[in-house]
Amino acid sequence: MSDSVAVPSVTDVSGTGLPLRGNDIDTDQIIPARFLKVVTFDGLGQFAFFDQRYDEKDNPTDHPMNQPQYENATVLVVNSNFGCGSSREHAPQALMRWGIDAIIGESFAEIFAGNCLSLGIPTVTASAEAIVALQDWVEAHPTGDISVDIEEETISYGESTAIDATVDEGQRKALVEGIWDTTALMQSNQQAIETTASELPYIGGGKS
Amino acid sequence: MSEGTLYDTVWDAHRVTTLPNGQDQLFVGLHLIHEVTSPQAFSMLNERGMEVARPDLTLGTVDHIVPTDDRSRPYADDAAEEMMQALEANAEDAGIDLLDPTTGNQGIVHVVGPEQGLTQPGKTIVCGDSHTATHGAFGALAFGIGTSQIRDVLATGTIAMDKKAVRKVEVTGELGVAVTAKDVILEIIRRLGTDGGVGYVYEYAGEAIEALDMAGRMSLCNMSIEGGARAGYVNPDETTYEWLKTTEYFTENPDEFDRLRPYWESIRSNADAEYDDVITIDGGELEPVVTWGTTPEQGVGITEPIPKPTALQEDKQARARDAQTHIGVEPGETMEGYAVDVAFLGSCTNARLPDIRRAARVVEGKHVHEDVRALVVPGSQRVSAAAEAEGLRDVFVNAGFEWREPGCSMCLAMNDDQLVGDEVCASSSNRNFVGRQGSSSGRTVLMNPSMVAGAAITGEVTDVRDLSTDDDTVGSQPGVSA
Ligand code: SF4
Repeated sequence: MSDSVAVPSVTDVSGTGLPLRGNDIDTDQIIPARFLKVVTFDGLGQFAFFDQRYDEKDNPTDHPMNQPQYENATVLVVNSNFGCGSSREHAPQALMRWGIDAIIGESFAEIFAGNCLSLGIPTVTASAEAIVALQDWVEAHPTGDISVDIEEETISYGESTAIDATVDEGQRKALVEGIWDTTALMQSNQQAIETTASELPYIGGGKS
Repeated sequence: MSEGTLYDTVWDAHRVTTLPNGQDQLFVGLHLIHEVTSPQAFSMLNERGMEVARPDLTLGTVDHIVPTDDRSRPYADDAAEEMMQALEANAEDAGIDLLDPTTGNQGIVHVVGPEQGLTQPGKTIVCGDSHTATHGAFGALAFGIGTSQIRDVLATGTIAMDKKAVRKVEVTGELGVAVTAKDVILEIIRRLGTDGGVGYVYEYAGEAIEALDMAGRMSLCNMSIEGGARAGYVNPDETTYEWLKTTEYFTENPDEFDRLRPYWESIRSNADAEYDDVITIDGGELEPVVTWGTTPEQGVGITEPIPKPTALQEDKQARARDAQTHIGVEPGETMEGYAVDVAFLGSCTNARLPDIRRAARVVEGKHVHEDVRALVVPGSQRVSAAAEAEGLRDVFVNAGFEWREPGCSMCLAMNDDQLVGDEVCASSSNRNFVGRQGSSSGRTVLMNPSMVAGAAITGEVTDVRDLSTDDDTVGSQPGVSA
């Protein structure tokens, strides 16, 4: 086993925005089921929102992810109940591999937010009005930076706009303290793992 | 919080520590893997230069994408072949046993674990699959997990989890003719809703549960997840021990059986255990349950009328209207007589030997309706071989059923076994979601295995009790293992 991985703390994220309007966008839209027949998450980025981005003849639509001004965006701005539906981890994986580092929205589905956390992607919430205003601003300023401060729970953009945001407390602690990667967290307890195993009657020689 | 339950005892025995993020780190006693959710986790492990911590406690099988007809390699579907090869390579590199089709032990992950004698009381069992709850039938704590969690388990042999509340679901009385564990769980989900179990683990208890054979207990625990619960279990008892004794693992290691038995007995919930919630259902009142909608909670007794949406809870009405439109049923009618195109006897809910036996009793000497395509997909190669040895394969084939190789098949339609257009499927599986069986206009009616057999014969949803008036064994629970 290798040395434990250093888990970066995620205290703030900044970058240009990608506005994606609509409530209740489910994980089937984020990554359609037919793209689950793969052995790695690697190539999933290109299939994010595939059925929204391409029409039936595979021609690109005017979906924001197809527009050149958002090509390098890292902060996704969505509305309410984003990521509902199936629990597939392929959904945040596809977004991350497309280039997304943080998601700001009015609200998120619980499992989706948990899956994002396991990838170190913050899911930050703000009021409905603040979100719409931010989406409007991104459309007018596609090259403008948005800064998300996880620790202070604020989002700032433009000359001097700062809005109050909310990061779930467990998520904030995990991101800020760099304890969101459970593999790294648990790996450091090798001794305790062995002690626990040795006290379990069914753990013995061979397959038990 | 609960105290003195099997859940508390087994949790504590496996708790390594409490993590800084507030979750408990639990030791994992058995990690089951299959081809769809594991390859990405192995890649993540490789990216970090890490190795599998406990290959000795890990077991692989192939079920989701594997074809159920022509299984010669390479598989006709390139994507399926690639996934199979990835699993083979990962298992080989890590030194993990893989039950591939050449072993004679391949099958659906939740059928083979118990069959191999590796699913045991008092173990923690995880798998990247929500129906891992099945293994709770043995008094194990069994959870479905996500891909990053599979990486955690591969890398450390442990998992980070939040402890849930425990609800005791007590089913009293004696189940009637043709009423099975599947009907019990469909009834529980119908009463409590698909989100009724959120935040809970279910302990199933009561005479009706104790009387179930292991296959029945597996069907029951299997669908805990459709009821929203994180897991479900039955306390181990003589039925459990008798079953375990017959597995290859314990016939080869009889000393192990004697050595472990006291542990199994020690983890049973105490008589004075405290639960966070208790509900009671009179099992004697139940009849076969079928679904009329597009979620497992939209179920109804076979002789009962389909409810009016307005008679349901307010937040369920819109969904019920959509479901009734999709399925094409009217409130006030019963489901009896609803025409079916396909009969699917399979899945990790209901494809074990006793399920197949029960269905065979209905089929024997009859013929599949001319408009119906009927499939038996045994849960494992062992189930298939045992059924064949008893002559059950012939019963089905002579009646006009297709007898397939084991796999998930039409339960989730990741291989070629799919509904076409708006076909209706009488299915022994666990999910009736729109599109689940491979066609977005397809329609699924969930029911128990003998009801599936009945529908195959008559070409419509049928009260199987009417089909077998002079055979009161249709609903019995033979105490056999397989
Ligand atoms: S049979 Fe169905 S529910 Fe069971 S593991 Fe396979 S796909 Fe999942």
